[in-house]
Amino acid sequence: MNLYLERRTEASRTALLLAPLAAIVFTLLICALLVAWAGAPVGQTYALLFDGAFGSRFALSETLTRATPLMLTGLACAVAFRARFYNIGAEGQLYLGALAAVAVGGMHDGVGFDLPVPVLFAGMMIAAALAGALLLLIPALLKTRLGVDEVVTTLLGNFIVLLFVSMMLDGIMKDPMAMGWPQSVALNPDLEFGKLIAKTRAHTGLLWALGLAVALWLINRYTVFGLQMRAVGANAHASRFVGLPVTRVMLGTAMLSGALAGLAGAIEVAGRTSYVTLDMSPGYGYTGVVVAMLAGLHPLGVVVASIFVAGMLVGADSMSRAIAVPNYIADVIVAASLLSMLVATLFAQYRLRRKQA
Amino acid sequence: MEWMDLLSSSAFWVAVLRLATPLILGTLGVLLCERAGVLNLGIEGIMAAGAFTGWLVVYLGAPLYVGVLAAALAGMVFGLLHAVLTVPLGLSQHVSGLGVTLLATSLSYFAYRVTFPSVNTPPTITPFAEMTFFKDIPVIGPVLAGQTVMTLIALIAVPLIAWVLNRTPLGLAIRMVGENPAAAEGQGLSVTKLRMGAIVAGSALMGVAGSFLTLAAFNAFFFNMVNGRGWVCVALVVFASWRPGKALLGALIFAFFDALQLRLQQGGTSLPGLPELPYQVYLMLPYVLSILALVVMARRAAYPQALMKPYRKGER
Amino acid sequence: MTDTLALQLEGITKRFGSLTANDGVSLSVKQGEVLALLGENGAGKSTLVSILFGHYVADAGRITVYGQALPPGRPDAALAAGVGMVHQHFTLADNMSVLDNVMVGTQSLWRLASGRKPARQRLIELGQRFGLGVDPDARVGSLSVGEKQRVEILKALYRGARILILDEPTAVLTPQEVDGLFTTLRGFVAEGLAVIFISHKLDEVMAVSQRVAVLRQGKLVAERDTASTNAAELAELMVGRKVVMPRVQSAEPRAQAAPVVTLSQVTVSNSQGGAPLLDAADLIVHTHEIVAIAGVAGNGQQALVSVLNGLRQPDDGTIRLGPDHAAAPRTPAGWTAAGVGRIPEDRHHEGVIGDSPLWENAIIEDLNDKRFTRLGMVRAQAGRAYARELSKQFDVRAASLDVRTRSLSGGNMQKLILGRTLARQPRLIVADQPTWGLDIGAVAYVREQLLAARERGAGILLVSEDLEEIFALADRIAVMCGGKIIAVKPVAEWTPASVGLAMTGAVPA
Repeated sequence: MNLYLERRTEASRTALLLAPLAAIVFTLLICALLVAWAGAPVGQTYALLFDGAFGSRFALSETLTRATPLMLTGLACAVAFRARFYNIGAEGQLYLGALAAVAVGGMHDGVGFDLPVPVLFAGMMIAAALAGALLLLIPALLKTRLGVDEVVTTLLGNFIVLLFVSMMLDGIMKDPMAMGWPQSVALNPDLEFGKLIAKTRAHTGLLWALGLAVALWLINRYTVFGLQMRAVGANAHASRFVGLPVTRVMLGTAMLSGALAGLAGAIEVAGRTSYVTLDMSPGYGYTGVVVAMLAGLHPLGVVVASIFVAGMLVGADSMSRAIAVPNYIADVIVAASLLSMLVATLFAQYRLRRKQA
Repeated sequence: MEWMDLLSSSAFWVAVLRLATPLILGTLGVLLCERAGVLNLGIEGIMAAGAFTGWLVVYLGAPLYVGVLAAALAGMVFGLLHAVLTVPLGLSQHVSGLGVTLLATSLSYFAYRVTFPSVNTPPTITPFAEMTFFKDIPVIGPVLAGQTVMTLIALIAVPLIAWVLNRTPLGLAIRMVGENPAAAEGQGLSVTKLRMGAIVAGSALMGVAGSFLTLAAFNAFFFNMVNGRGWVCVALVVFASWRPGKALLGALIFAFFDALQLRLQQGGTSLPGLPELPYQVYLMLPYVLSILALVVMARRAAYPQALMKPYRKGER
Repeated sequence: MTDTLALQLEGITKRFGSLTANDGVSLSVKQGEVLALLGENGAGKSTLVSILFGHYVADAGRITVYGQALPPGRPDAALAAGVGMVHQHFTLADNMSVLDNVMVGTQSLWRLASGRKPARQRLIELGQRFGLGVDPDARVGSLSVGEKQRVEILKALYRGARILILDEPTAVLTPQEVDGLFTTLRGFVAEGLAVIFISHKLDEVMAVSQRVAVLRQGKLVAERDTASTNAAELAELMVGRKVVMPRVQSAEPRAQAAPVVTLSQVTVSNSQGGAPLLDAADLIVHTHEIVAIAGVAGNGQQALVSVLNGLRQPDDGTIRLGPDHAAAPRTPAGWTAAGVGRIPEDRHHEGVIGDSPLWENAIIEDLNDKRFTRLGMVRAQAGRAYARELSKQFDVRAASLDVRTRSLSGGNMQKLILGRTLARQPRLIVADQPTWGLDIGAVAYVREQLLAARERGAGILLVSEDLEEIFALADRIAVMCGGKIIAVKPVAEWTPASVGLAMTGAVPA
């Protein structure tokens, strides 16, 4: 073919902002074909989808509930990916964070730790963040010291962590009350999040997630560490030349990313489940990668993207109960959005040129 | 249960070889892509797509080998998607691969549900038969007899891929593209075509690996079937130093420990010399070993030198 | 020697954005002839031959090989037409054998078996015929540089090249290997091959070519028969008469000039084995002084600069800073803090973070400075004010302080780097090719700034491939070859010819 890509001198801001939108529209058009294949009317299906996501107080509350952990794992992945550190282990970090939270704040033998609630709460959150951070530190060190690719180590780590959690749930963290169902000791009810919207599952953990998103944005924009993270992610070689402590920045970034994913686990336990179970996360860690990419790795974008993805998942569940379209359409929509967004962003930065004969 | 009982029981080795088969095929697939310089993280999803497509085609009445071909085709389609995104468009190989995995998996699940909207027990097919005609060969006979023809395909694929890579002009070109694309270009080769071809071919192998699960190991398609095997293959390629022979070895080692922990779960968790450990520890072993293998190999890995570097001609 | 035209280039023009690399160049080469292509760095030689070989497509002009038009942009067409290229930076796969590197792409991809035996035989025969023996099964990564070059040449010969392009082939060879190469080239000529020989080095050009074509700033400025010209004339044609800042000349080095940096026996070894990249270098730079490092690229300048930039630690020897001989810092940040200003060779990819805004790049070496950061927060207002001041003082033209730095022109980017470096009043400045790729105005500006810094008392280590620039700016010239510092003398004791000679490794009398 006689075509090649040429970099535009200054990618237009509007093009970059419109890229996700263009991608989503394209995706919805493509997925309409799938809906048609399932034999359902396309318009009605999409209407049910959006209605199930945002169309009622209940729907919105469900979407927000789902969006909370996604926002946090999305932030975790966005932070890491920005520094070109591909953290695919958010799932494991989430579970370990949840476990740590229950270890500190749980009712062991029916009795929680005898400390004032605010202290216990802080301890719980710190433990969760620390657990996630330290977990990701291992692959990060393997990468900086030995050059081991972090994609595989973080991925495999997920399986190992899940087995570890399973071991804990069978053993020392076991809920004495549960009838054979593997779950952990319950969290001290005083530590649970309050309801955001009465009589729904939406909890104040969402405010934490939003707060962390804003905090991350501020860190990126206004702090030295944020400047360093951006520089190292953009050009590690030049960063080394101008004197930035590249390895330290990478490790710090990894720990921040792990901490965010760990907090996702803690907030899920404290807000939604009250126990750690083996199925408490339907892949939030992996979906976080998609959310981060859809958001263009921008913290505030993660807020929007996580609500979009959560909406698709919740809406599809409700839609599939009303009409014969499998709820997996949501995952297809999300995956296709991701890939089309990559392509759309590419064309915002490069243009197609014809080779001269 | 004594060690010797275990190691001399042919049933155990049958299990090992069975467990190794999808790993062998998948690892060869990733190996082919990476030798050409491209990381293909779509394997987890491509295996699911291969498993589903192969199974569906057989369910609809086709012979088993057509199912395998269909699985290969499904792999090639998703492989082509990844190839287009990463080679001419030069997008991040990590993100494209993960996107393909998600897309392939969700499309497979969606298609399954559309075709079988309301079944509780997964519909079954008649899988590949065991090759019982081998059973009279001494020593390896019983082990081979417990396998299906797909395992034979996997075992033959190893020397075949090795031969193509090392002894044909095409293989040489693929390797050069993964080591120094500029050199390949300077010898008149098309880096784009070679890389895309390698990705598509490797993805076909991944699709076949998936079809083993539904057409030989089990006889139905169910969710979460692949269960991380694709990621293990990505780790095994590094362990194998990108060589097909070592890939076979790695797959067998991993499968050995996988079969071991299955046995331990079934027959009690004690072997002489091993303390009483929760079964999860044994389940963890293969994954921990994979990471250790990566660490060990990282020191010495003879990387394809152009792995994960997109090639843009003439860009200053 | 027949008069058959092997190759004809007509009106070749190539632009990269605003840079015109080749401007209407027309050349011809006869069969059985060595044509030398002479010119400074950036004159357009490599671009021209890359167009010939099909790596780039010219914007205008055409190429004829043995009377047939050559389709542009396709290395396979060039190879088929008999054009072979020995690249300056070898295109070899280190992990593969010599035979593999030579054979790849020579057979149809649909063949079932690669006939290695006949190929190996042919390779050995070629090696013997031209005196280029290499073990076909050796792993390329283990070969010496000279041997790797032989493989590059054999690649072209194996494909039946009738026109051979050699891009700066002697840059990385020892004097003995250079002799060997020339013998080989004479063998090519005897066999009727046409050779294009790109070089910097005047003495080599005189020794091996029949004709010389001189390029300057993308244009062909002269063609001569080698027999009827000499090194001095060629040097003048190469460099041309340029408008340059008159030197602020001090007759002698200032009395009591203190050392700014002292290198003793500094050695940097080659991780891939072989001769060290920097071999027991001894050098002192004083205050109020510019020491220029002359030498063809790849002779140890990079290693020297990287130890002074803090990117590498010397494997042997010591570096001391200042008159009190303080130990050298261990990190780039340490060097900056010790009062060293560093101007990198690759301003786009080393000197700035392209995606970051201009003002961040202005302060990026000073993030520990309380003016710009406090309690972990960036003081954006102070930083922007500083960037604004810097831009004004150093004439950095940009749409705003927030533009992505990658969008700046080369000259403005360099002025930014220069500005942030000089504003700190460093006592030592390590300037690596600071005027490379800049337009005349920017070049004059950079030189002016370096001279001003020298006036203020800084010691400057200037690495340059531009002899004219070296003679304009330097107080002393140190010539490097093969990782060694061959000689260091005051500029008055050098001439361009003697520098050129020293660059080939010959120690001056």
